[in-house]
Amino acid sequence: MSLCARHLEQAGIPTVVVGSARDVVEQCSVPRFLFTDFPLGNPCGAPYDVAMQSAIVGMALGLIEWARFPRTTVQTPFRWPDDAWRTNFMRFDHLSPEVLQAMGEERRGHQAARNARLAEREP
Amino acid sequence: MTAEIQPDHRIFVSYIDKSREYYRAQGYGNPYRWAYHQDAPFAALQKPLADARVGLVTTASLIEGDSDPEPFSVLPVVYAAPVEPAPERLYTQHRSWDKEATHTDDLDSYAPIHRLQEAVACGRIGSLSPRFYGVPTVYSQRRTTEADAPALLRLCREDAIDAAILVAL
Repeated sequence: MSLCARHLEQAGIPTVVVGSARDVVEQCSVPRFLFTDFPLGNPCGAPYDVAMQSAIVGMALGLIEWARFPRTTVQTPFRWPDDAWRTNFMRFDHLSPEVLQAMGEERRGHQAARNARLAEREP
Repeated sequence: MTAEIQPDHRIFVSYIDKSREYYRAQGYGNPYRWAYHQDAPFAALQKPLADARVGLVTTASLIEGDSDPEPFSVLPVVYAAPVEPAPERLYTQHRSWDKEATHTDDLDSYAPIHRLQEAVACGRIGSLSPRFYGVPTVYSQRRTTEADAPALLRLCREDAIDAAILVAL
């Protein structure tokens, strides 16, 4: 998504990336980035929290309006109700090597099948 | 589990670190090399926001009715779809978001079509593009820069948008 923002911006269309994976977006370098420190999935606000979503959309629009330099990051003031997700996401230290290997094999199988379908579609 | 803030580590999560270790543990050999640039382009908005047409870009995919496809069966394609009526839902299961901590049952938590329509109604932006746009997350920078991003730009130009909000799940 960050690469797409760079492409649009290079073509003259101002962009703002709204997201929660701060390191991924900032390492790519984008013109404007609105960061919310939430678990991945709700970068525009908590589900059904209309006031928060309106505030985040408003901040994103504001960033398009007033940012004067590329790589401008703004962090929204919102906090997730707890912090357990920081540790739990992609946690694997409770899984055995055999289980992890099996997860990897299954995923690689799915990826290979999808890539084969994609190759058929886009020779 | 209780909150585990550790001020001797950075507080915000590094997904680059997490995913590298997670997939290494699953037997993946070469870690993914994330896009890295030292600078970024910059284009100023050429008209007041209140006159501008804004486009929304999402990494979620279109889905047929109530279907529930397997994540890897959804092919990565760039698309455009009407914002009116807004889709009741988009497909997100194929994206790597935190499926334990939250959910994506509310479209506006990751594709804020209704919130942007409200911004039009109150005069904050001139208009919302008649279509929103989808770009897949593909772990190939070459594919993104040579195919998907140019395809997205073509769609945005067709709709003459003045600015874009890109939301990554």
